[in-house]
Amino acid sequence: MSIVTMFEYDFMVNAFEAATIVAVAASLVGYFLVLRGQTFAGHALSHVGFAGATGAVLAGVSPLLGLLVATVLAGAGMGFLGERFQHRDVAIGIVLAMSLGCGLLFLHFFTAYATQATALLFGNVLGVDAPTVLALLALGILIIAALAFISRPLLFATLQPELAEAKGVSLRRLSMLFLVIVALATAASVQIVGILLVFTLMVAPAAAAQRVTIKLWPGLLLSVGLALVEAWLGLTLAYYSDWPTSFWITAIGAAIYMLALSISRQKHVSEYRHEHHHHDEDQVWRPAMTGSREPKRLSARGEEITARARPISSSSHEH
Amino acid sequence: MEALAFSDVTLELGGRAILSRVSFAIEEGEFVGLLGPNGAGKTTLLRALLGLVPATTGNIRVFAGPPGAADASLGYMPQTRSSSVGSRLSGWDFVACAANGQRFGLPILDKALRFDVDRAIALVDAADLSRRPLIELSGGERQRLLLAQALLGKPRLLLLDEPLISLDLHHQKSIVSLVSELNRELKLTVLFSAHEINPLIGVIDRVLYLGNRQAAIGTAEEVITSPVLSRLYGTEIDVVRVQGRVFVMAGAYEIERDEHRHDV
Repeated sequence: MSIVTMFEYDFMVNAFEAATIVAVAASLVGYFLVLRGQTFAGHALSHVGFAGATGAVLAGVSPLLGLLVATVLAGAGMGFLGERFQHRDVAIGIVLAMSLGCGLLFLHFFTAYATQATALLFGNVLGVDAPTVLALLALGILIIAALAFISRPLLFATLQPELAEAKGVSLRRLSMLFLVIVALATAASVQIVGILLVFTLMVAPAAAAQRVTIKLWPGLLLSVGLALVEAWLGLTLAYYSDWPTSFWITAIGAAIYMLALSISRQKHVSEYRHEHHHHDEDQVWRPAMTGSREPKRLSARGEEITARARPISSSSHEH
Repeated sequence: MEALAFSDVTLELGGRAILSRVSFAIEEGEFVGLLGPNGAGKTTLLRALLGLVPATTGNIRVFAGPPGAADASLGYMPQTRSSSVGSRLSGWDFVACAANGQRFGLPILDKALRFDVDRAIALVDAADLSRRPLIELSGGERQRLLLAQALLGKPRLLLLDEPLISLDLHHQKSIVSLVSELNRELKLTVLFSAHEINPLIGVIDRVLYLGNRQAAIGTAEEVITSPVLSRLYGTEIDVVRVQGRVFVMAGAYEIERDEHRHDV
């Protein structure tokens, strides 16, 4: 069985095209989502989308439209409510649960759509048709263009909000714009992996990339690359194993993240050794390492001591 | 030449007067410590110089122009909360995000801007910090990078809002001596706000002390005195000098120290 046979099927070609578009868009958006510490808010957005999509089915409208409207409104609302709400996990969690509940209620009134519900929740990339691929392409281009337009002030506002505000950046407007872009990316991702699993495409590659490289552009590119690996490998494995694509995509996402964690851990240890070698006498600029990752070394007298990253006098808990 | 001047300036925040009809001027090349209790208007004064808070009476001049007009000649280091502390991005990218960061478009820096970022990082002696992720830097190390951000675009006036806050003595000293070097070597005018005069004694030229909607400017010996501070605090203040250190006391309390502790 050669890999070519996979592409003799239209549904596989559509699935690869759709997954490629969504992987690129979602991983770029996800990079900023992780950087801003808003991954849970992003996760909640997709759940609001479930209520929107099922509500749309009940009203006889396309579920994609309902999904888009609900997530975009929720994104704009979350951005408007501001920084404090976005980090309020309990409030967000309650909205998330309530949205799923509403979705269930809408399904209850419209029982015929059990398979559609599964598709919404867990994705149905093999069922994507050619018009949907086109719609996803348009959506993907819109997402990437909008993100490119705001990315510079977004980065500024993310890393240095006080200074950005002083230089005339409107933090609230930027936050709203960004969460609307997240909402669009969520709606696109739902087509591939479903509402419950959006996290795997949007967050896993970006978080893994940020573990591996601390540089902005290499990080963005790596995030895209990892998302593509996740999507393509997931589809291929699903084709040959006949297991659900979404399962494979989530499994690969988790594997990629864990691999990145172990790479970053190893890098820490070797960087530590390097720094330690060169700055042994310098008490001030030691790399800060935390908890269990601190390598142990032996003192001159042979006792095991912890090679503390900073001198005791420099309080490591400034905040 | 005057770097900045307030004449008869009133600043209000939410309808409440923070400063009332205040006049003073700072010469180019001066290193001035901006002191005063919490809520005395230190941050408001700095934001007014940036053109973010309008004067309700009088006028403010920055390099002989209105505030906001000379933004390129101003380097501002805001008081930061720990918003980006958890970021895994490099120190270099952190400094670079402020280089024309307010413009829409992709975060790509041209050669001149990249050179400027490198220059600013070199000025604060943070080349190795710039290669490490933010999440691993201590408070004092982050303050160096924040200072580098303020130096982008070759400003002539540095406005530093509480750069010593929550730093231990060692890092306080290293930040103060760094700023003092920048002041001398680059002929930068510096307005440096702080809770406490002691870390700045011996390096600043003058003190601008705010309190009770008023301001007093002069050398530390002229301003940090019982009559001047009693007027600014609106209560009886004793000033005790011991071995080059200054203690500002209201009754049994040591004011500046308690203010500081309050914030930490």
